[in-house]
Amino acid sequence: MRVPLSWLREYVDLPATETGRDVQAKLVSAGLEVETVEQLGAGLKGPLVVGKVLTIEELEGFKKPIRFCTVDVGTANGTGEPQEIVCGARNFSVGDKVVVVLPGAVLPGDFAISARKTYGKTSHGMICSGDELGMGDDGSGGIIVLPPEHEAGTDAIELLELVDEVLDIAVTPDRGYCLSMRGVARETATAYGLPLRDPALLDVPAPNSFGYPVQISDPTGCDRFTARTVTGLRPDARSPIWLRRRLQKAGMRPISLAVDVTNYVMLELGQPLHAYDRSRVQGAIGVRRAEQGEKFTTLDGAQRVLDAEDLVITDDRGAIGLAGVMGGANTEIADHAEEQGTTDVVIEAAHFDPVSVARTARRHKLSSEAAKRFERGVDPQAASAAAQRTVDLLVLLAGGTAEAGVTEVIAPSAPHTITMPADHPDKVAGVAYGRETVVRRLQQVGCDVYGQDSLTVTVPSWRPDLAEINDLAEEVIRLEGYENLPSTLPKPPAGRGLTERQRLHRRVGRALAGAGYVEAPNYPFVSEQVFDQLGLDNDDPNRRVVKLVNPLSDEEPALRTTLLPGLLATLRRNDGRGSHDLALFETGLVFHPREETVRAENPPVDRRPTDEEIAALNAALPEQPRHAAVVLTGAREQAGWWGKGRPADWADAVEAARTVAREAGAELIVQQGQYGPWHPGRCAELCVFLEHADGVAADGSEGEIVVIGHAGELHPRVIKALGLPARTCAMELNLDVLAEAGEGTLRAPRISAFPVATQDVALVVDQDVPAAVVEAFLRDGAGELLEDIRLFDVFTGEQLGEGKKSLAYALRFRAADRTLTVDEASAARDAAVARAAEVTGAVLRGA
Amino acid sequence: MSAPNKSYDPVEVEALKPEEIERMRDEALAAFAAAADLDQLQEAKTAHTGGTSPLALANREIGALPPQAKADAGKRVGMARGAVNKALAARQAELEAERDARVLVEEAVDVSLPHDRVPAGARHPLTTLSERIEDIFVAMGYAVAEGPEVEAEWFNFDALNIGADHPARGEQDTFFVDAASLGAPAAGAEGVEVVLRTHTSPVQVRSLIDREPPVYVICPGRVYRTDELDATHTPVFHQVELLAVDEGLTMADLKGTLDHMVQELFGGEGMKTRLRPNFFPFTEPSAEMDMVCYVCRGESVGNPDRPCRTCSSEGWIELGGCGMVNPKVLAACGVDPEKYSGFAFGFGIERMLMFRHNVEDMRDMVEGDVRFTRPFGMEI
Repeated sequence: MRVPLSWLREYVDLPATETGRDVQAKLVSAGLEVETVEQLGAGLKGPLVVGKVLTIEELEGFKKPIRFCTVDVGTANGTGEPQEIVCGARNFSVGDKVVVVLPGAVLPGDFAISARKTYGKTSHGMICSGDELGMGDDGSGGIIVLPPEHEAGTDAIELLELVDEVLDIAVTPDRGYCLSMRGVARETATAYGLPLRDPALLDVPAPNSFGYPVQISDPTGCDRFTARTVTGLRPDARSPIWLRRRLQKAGMRPISLAVDVTNYVMLELGQPLHAYDRSRVQGAIGVRRAEQGEKFTTLDGAQRVLDAEDLVITDDRGAIGLAGVMGGANTEIADHAEEQGTTDVVIEAAHFDPVSVARTARRHKLSSEAAKRFERGVDPQAASAAAQRTVDLLVLLAGGTAEAGVTEVIAPSAPHTITMPADHPDKVAGVAYGRETVVRRLQQVGCDVYGQDSLTVTVPSWRPDLAEINDLAEEVIRLEGYENLPSTLPKPPAGRGLTERQRLHRRVGRALAGAGYVEAPNYPFVSEQVFDQLGLDNDDPNRRVVKLVNPLSDEEPALRTTLLPGLLATLRRNDGRGSHDLALFETGLVFHPREETVRAENPPVDRRPTDEEIAALNAALPEQPRHAAVVLTGAREQAGWWGKGRPADWADAVEAARTVAREAGAELIVQQGQYGPWHPGRCAELCVFLEHADGVAADGSEGEIVVIGHAGELHPRVIKALGLPARTCAMELNLDVLAEAGEGTLRAPRISAFPVATQDVALVVDQDVPAAVVEAFLRDGAGELLEDIRLFDVFTGEQLGEGKKSLAYALRFRAADRTLTVDEASAARDAAVARAAEVTGAVLRGA
Repeated sequence: MSAPNKSYDPVEVEALKPEEIERMRDEALAAFAAAADLDQLQEAKTAHTGGTSPLALANREIGALPPQAKADAGKRVGMARGAVNKALAARQAELEAERDARVLVEEAVDVSLPHDRVPAGARHPLTTLSERIEDIFVAMGYAVAEGPEVEAEWFNFDALNIGADHPARGEQDTFFVDAASLGAPAAGAEGVEVVLRTHTSPVQVRSLIDREPPVYVICPGRVYRTDELDATHTPVFHQVELLAVDEGLTMADLKGTLDHMVQELFGGEGMKTRLRPNFFPFTEPSAEMDMVCYVCRGESVGNPDRPCRTCSSEGWIELGGCGMVNPKVLAACGVDPEKYSGFAFGFGIERMLMFRHNVEDMRDMVEGDVRFTRPFGMEI
C-alpha cells in the first residue's frame, strides 16, 4: 500500500513539521512494515509553469518529426514574450495547456535545464512529460496536456502536487484494513494520539425497493451487495488533476473518470468497487457459483474456463464478472474518447468470502487489487459508504445524477465477540499493563469493551483477523510498544546435552576435516542419467528415486540416493577453478522410496493426532538415512622441500572409511568388492557386524555382516562419463548403520609394564589372498600373548614364483604378569604362522 | 687385586706413591684440557675417570693396605680424583658452551620453510555456525531436535495453522514430491501430500507431539524453497528454530532469550534485539526480530561521516521471525493452551553467516569451493 503523506494528512491533523520518516518510525513501531519513504520531487526546482501553445512549426529533414513551438508562459520568463521551445512529442495542438520547464530549473534526477541549440533552433526550455517530472505513467503516452481552465504562468509544481512523500507499506495478511487510507489513517491517529476523521462516516440513504435488481443465490459466497445507479455522466468528463495525482502516487494508472473514481474510493475506504455500463447489463444482476467449464472473458481480454467453486456476477446473458477478482469485458466502461461513451453506470459495492476469492484468484493466476483486499478481509460495513462516496464523486466530477433507488442485499450476521480475562495481555507479554490500559488500547483499535476481570470484546467490522484472545493481546502489546517489552530469561529444566547421534555427526566432521578433507554440502537434486554415468546396474536399488512435481530444473527432478553425484560435481568445479589437489567430504541425508506405502489421511488440527495417525504419516515418507562420503583427486601429500609428494589413491578412500568408523566406535570389515562406480579391482566393500536385535537367531548366529558402503578408486568409465580427473577416488557409507554397529562404553585396556618380545615373520601366499585374512588368522593363532601386529612390507618378485606375494609382519608379544622367554614368544609366533598356513596356504618365507 | 699383606708399605706400592698419583692427576687434567670437543672429552673422561682408569685402579689398591696406611693413601687418591672430576666438569661446561655458541648455530635451518604436506581440511561454516548457535542453547538446557527433510504436509503446514488456502502452500514456494515416486498405491487416491520441508518448524511440531511439556528445543536443519540460486537466494538453505513451551512463558522471555543469543554470538556491550509486530500463522502475537548492528552498534545512524556497510547505516540488522506459539498449534500437538504457553523464533544461517563474516555472495556458500571453506577451520 502506497500512502502519500499529503493524502494522509486529510484524515489526521499531523503536526506540519512531521516528515515521512517520522511517520514511518511511528507506524513501524505500531506494527506496519513501512519499507520505504519515497521522496517525490526531490531536487526539483522551478520555474515549472503552465504554458499555452501558441504556434507549432513542423521542422522537416530530421529522422523523427520535430516541432518548433512558441508557448505563452505568462510572466514566468520575466519578459512576458512567447517562449521558443523545440519538442519531439506530438500529442498536443495549438491552444493546449502544457507544462513548461524554463531555463534555470532542475528536474528530478539532477537534470538541469538551460537554453540549448538543437535541430537548428534554440530551445528555451522543454515541454514536459509525466515521466520527466517523476509523476509515473499517466497513460498519455507523451507530454502532459492539462485541462484548459488553468492559466498560463501558473506554478505547475504546486498544481501537479509534484513534491510529496509516499510511504510504501508491506501489509501483512492479517491487516487487510491497512490496504486503505482509512486503515492507515486509523493507525496513524492512534500512534500520534490524535483524532481520526473517518472517511467512511457518510450519510447514506436507506435501501429501498426500486434500486437496480440484484439476486444473490449464494449468500455464503456473497453476504452483502450494494448497487447504486448514476445517470447522465458527461462522456467527455476527465478526472481532475488532484484525483489523477493521488492515483499515480498510490501506484495506479488513471484510466477514465468512472474507473478512476472507483479506484480512488477503493484506495480511500478499502472497499473494491465495480462500475458497470448500465446500457451493457441485461436484466438483474446475480451472484452464483460458476458452472464447471463455463467460459468467461475478463477485462484483461483473457478467456477463462471457470471452476464450479468460482463465484461469478451475472446478468441475463451469463457471467459479467469474476466476483471480487475482475470484471468482464462484456460490461466494461467505455473510454470517453470513444463515440459511444458511457453515460449511465451501476456501482457494485459487495462483500465476498475471502477464501472463495483467494482460491479463484489463485486458480486463474489472477491477482488484482480487488482480490488482494477481499482475500485479506474487507470491512463489510463500509460497502454502502463506499457506494455513496463513488456516487458523490461521479455526480461532482462528471455532472451525473444519482438515482434514488438503493439496492442492499445483506445476509444477517452478528458482530464477533470474544471473552478475554482482563489480565490476558499481561500474561502474554510478561508486563503488568493493567485493565485500564488494556481496555483503552482495545477501544483505540475500534473494539467495544465491557466487563471487569473478564472482558467482553466486540471487534470492529474491519478487523476480521481478531478472532482469538491472543489476537487481542497482540493489539494491546503492539500499541504499548514491542520495544518496551522487558528482557527476561525462562528457566528450563536441566538439559541432557547432545544425543549420542548428534555427537557422532560432529565427531565424524571433525575427524575428516582433521584428516585434510574439506566439507562441501551439496544440493540433493540429481538427474536420473547420473546413475548411468555412475555405472549402476539397471536393477540397482539406488535407481529408485523420490521425484519432485516441480523441480527447479527439469534435468534434475529426483532426490539423491547417493552423495556421490553432488560431491563429484563439486570436485569437478573446484578442479576447473584450478584447485587440483582435492579432498572433499559431505555428510547428509539420502532418500529412498519405501518398498510399499499406505497413503494416509491428514489428521485434524484441533487435537493431537493418535499414534496410529502419526505412524501412518511417517509411513508415507521415504527412508532418509544419513550418509558420509569423501572424494579425492590429485596429491594427497604435496611435493615440497621435504621431498616427493604422494598422489591420492584407493587406500586413502578406505582410510577415510576407517576414520569415520573409528569415531563411531565400530569395527569396520574391509573386503574386496565390486560395485558400479568403482574400479572393479580397486573397490573395497565396507561392512560391519550387526548383532541381532533380539539375541541369537534360529540358525544360532548372533548377528550378521552388513554391507554399509564402498571405497576405492573410481571406474575409468565413470571418470570419463563425469569428466573427472584421472584416478579420482571415493568412499561412501551409511552412517546410521555404522552408528548401530558402534560399541557402547569402552573398557580400558590393561597395560602391562613387562618387556615386549618382537618377532618378524614373512609369509608367502597367493596373490588373491587378502592381507586382512592372513592377519586375522595370525591373530587367531597367536593367542592372547599377541599385543599388536603390523604389516610392514608387501613384496612380489620372481624368486617367489608366479602369482605369489610375500607379506611381512611384525608381531609384538607381551604377557600381563611376567617377562616372556624367547621360547614362549617363538612358540606363539609358530602357532600364529601355523594357523595362517592352515587357512590361507601361507608358507613361511625361506622355509 | 692384591692380597692383604701385614708388612705392607704403601710407599712401596708403586701405584700409591704420591708422585705417581700426582702424575695420574696431571695427565688427566692435561687430557681434558687437550680435548677439542665433547666427543674427545668423552674419551678422555672414560680414560681418566672410568672403571679402568689409573686413578680407579690405584683406588682399588687401597683396600689391600694395612689399616694404618689406608687413611693416608685414601686421602691422597680422593683429593686427586676430586681435582680430576672438577676439571672434567669445568671442561665439560666450557665445551658445551662452545658447542651452543658455534655448532648449534651451524646446524640452523630456515624454519620459515612451508610445511603444507597435507593441507588442512575444514568443516563448512554453515555447519559450524549452526553448531555454535545450538551450543548456546544446549548450555541453557535446551535439547537439539531433528526431523526428516522430506516431510508430510500435515507437519509442515496444517499443524502450524497454515491452512489449505495459505499462499505458502501454493507452488511458488514449496517443492512437492511426486506421490507415484514414493511407491504410493493407486494414483489419484486421496492421501497426504509430501513436500520438501519449507522450514524447520515441522520439527517443532514433532517435538511437541513426542515430548511432554516443558519442552525446550532448538531445531537446526536444511530447508527447501523454490527460489533460483543467485547472489541472495538459494533453494536449499539452513535454518535454526527455537521452541520453548512451559507454564507462564511470556514475550519478555522471548526477548530475553533473543538478547542472550546475540550477546553470545556477537559479544560485547550493547548487543540486543528489537521486536517489530508482524504476522505469521503459527505465532500470535508475532514479531519480526532485528539485532543491533554488531559492527557499528548503532553509531552510524544519522552519522554520515561514519557510514556502516553491514547495516547500511540503519543501526539494526534483520534477523528473522518470532512470536508466541499460536494456541491452535499447541492444540494440534496435544498441548493444553489453557495451561501452557510458548515462544518460538527462527532465522536463516546463510544470512547470519553473510553478515557475521562479510560473505557477499550466497553462491560462495553453496558451490563448495575449497578456497572459501578452508579458512573457516574446525569451529567458527
